[in-house]
Amino acid sequence: MLAAHLTRLHQDAPAGLAEALAVVDGVDDALTRGLARIAEPDATALTALAGAVGGTPLAERAGEAARAATTGALTEAHLAVLAGARAALLGAVHDALLDRLDTALHRSRVPWAAATAPGPPTGAVPGQPADAAPARAGARAWLHELALAGWRGADHELLSGAAEPVEAALAEPALRRLAVLLDGLAAELRAGLPVTDPHRLPTRRWADLWARAVLLAAGAATEATAPQKVSGRLLPLGVDVHEHDTAFQAQLHALLEPAGGGTVRLVRITVGAAKVATIVGPAGWRLLDAYPVLLTALAERRALTVTDLPSYGGDLHWVDDGAELAEPADPFATARVLLAGATAAATPPLQRHPAAIAEPVLVEGRVVRDDDGGLMVDLDGPTIPLAADRLPAAGPLTPALLAAATTCLGLLRWDDGRWRLQPLAVRATVKRQSVEAHNGDWARGVTDAKVAKAEARSGDAVAVLRERAGRLLRR
Amino acid sequence: MTEPTDASRRRRSVLRVAPPARARKLAKVPFVELADGRLQGVVSSGSDVERVYVSSVTAGSHTVDCRTNNNRPCGGLRGNLLCKHLHALADEAVLQYGIAQVARYLRIDAGDGADSGADLLARTDARHEPGPAAVVFSRFLRHLAYLEVPPSAAPVPELHWFPATAAAR
Repeated sequence: MLAAHLTRLHQDAPAGLAEALAVVDGVDDALTRGLARIAEPDATALTALAGAVGGTPLAERAGEAARAATTGALTEAHLAVLAGARAALLGAVHDALLDRLDTALHRSRVPWAAATAPGPPTGAVPGQPADAAPARAGARAWLHELALAGWRGADHELLSGAAEPVEAALAEPALRRLAVLLDGLAAELRAGLPVTDPHRLPTRRWADLWARAVLLAAGAATEATAPQKVSGRLLPLGVDVHEHDTAFQAQLHALLEPAGGGTVRLVRITVGAAKVATIVGPAGWRLLDAYPVLLTALAERRALTVTDLPSYGGDLHWVDDGAELAEPADPFATARVLLAGATAAATPPLQRHPAAIAEPVLVEGRVVRDDDGGLMVDLDGPTIPLAADRLPAAGPLTPALLAAATTCLGLLRWDDGRWRLQPLAVRATVKRQSVEAHNGDWARGVTDAKVAKAEARSGDAVAVLRERAGRLLRR
Repeated sequence: MTEPTDASRRRRSVLRVAPPARARKLAKVPFVELADGRLQGVVSSGSDVERVYVSSVTAGSHTVDCRTNNNRPCGGLRGNLLCKHLHALADEAVLQYGIAQVARYLRIDAGDGADSGADLLARTDARHEPGPAAVVFSRFLRHLAYLEVPPSAAPVPELHWFPATAAAR
């Protein structure tokens, strides 16, 4: 990414963005106070939400739902419509921002192939309506109760009620997303209790999580068309690591050179596992040992040859048996040579949200500190802040290494009105030596002696818990 | 790194609300949680690998309980004399969550000079009252069951709201 790209990215905010977010803020404040008893500002906010989707097929139902809120007769179906309207608005914000990014970077993107009939919601029992999946029904009931209470009214008893739908959803592979999301939201709300200062609540965030959960619980998870099979050479760019108390996920951004030629595609491969809060840092990789070929490619920075991987747009679903390790491949070189000409995939509509934007870029420039001490890359004029709060404990990147970086391979992210660069790999100069660090370096074990020692000191959490499970669980 | 302001906390979609648990040895106390209005967890028996103790401290009232997974009362807990399991539970909770969060959750005024779980318990007038040991034990089993969930290659897009972060290094 060059200075000129960055300048275009930072130009005036897209038209309507501030207005859309103001409507969202109003809804989020209403959710903070709870929808059980709606006061004047919250009624106005919900009416504004209905107004904002007035030109869409949601118009009539959103209006009904907003009216139901004021009369205290909000049903689960009404909540699904309100969550859908909020998601539509943020989806539009996503589209405007991604369009800005694509224009600024000259990134080409395959348009979303619309008008494919959605399949039946996953987890549905054949012959019964989607609503019949008990995990979904339990989740809907809990989310309804939560919305009525609001973040300020939620208590321990209410939050404990998430356990049952989480357990039920976790048992059903097709409902994994719902389980992971509810568990993450409930844990945060629990940690936030009792609410001492309502002005410090992460209102946008919790409303995001709640709204997405409502949509997943309503059966909105699948919009996928049938997968296409892809084969070719896969060149890794970098790994984005996601984690909460009970989930660990590694998402590889890579370029696919299709077998038989054709445009290079920007793709993602995602593998994840359930965990518990006491499994932290590099131990997370151990939970993914079902994917040895992928993890080895990350740790050794090698290319992969893949055959017949199912692809849903830009998301390839990994099958370790369908892959072979290939030659070493330097991600920085991959990005420098091929990234600019690669074609990106469209985001599925129900996943569109500013927080979902994660576009790989290569940035070469000096890292300097801003007035608050935060790190940013300076491209001789235009700057981009570095997301130093997104460095996983499962990898070798540290703030000190970022500060010394000369090249950064990362993801462009947007949040709270500004773009930031989330580093996935850096090349830095430390004690006059050039060093490199990539998020996936420790995928097959920690390679840093100091960190490995600290790991050994706290013992093998995975082994201890598996022993306990073996002894106590199957009784 | 700068702490987000209140306004920024309200407008951001992605931020770490609860700090990640800190690494600790699990052999003695495999399970600790702040949930259901209690600090509760499971302490391995020092003498019998088949036995565990279920211990809990209730927020606010500070009533305590400790009994085996077969629901036998712990011999070490008598009146307001606390057993070693409760001390171990509180100490490990402080390692995992940090003393501030444990004190806040249990509503204990930690004051100055408290740096272990035992210090926190010493600042309460803890007394014994039977607690929901069976519920806690089943939560522990559910906790262990997470490790039995098979890994998956289907993405969870919602995890973009939960970036991995280093706690402190």
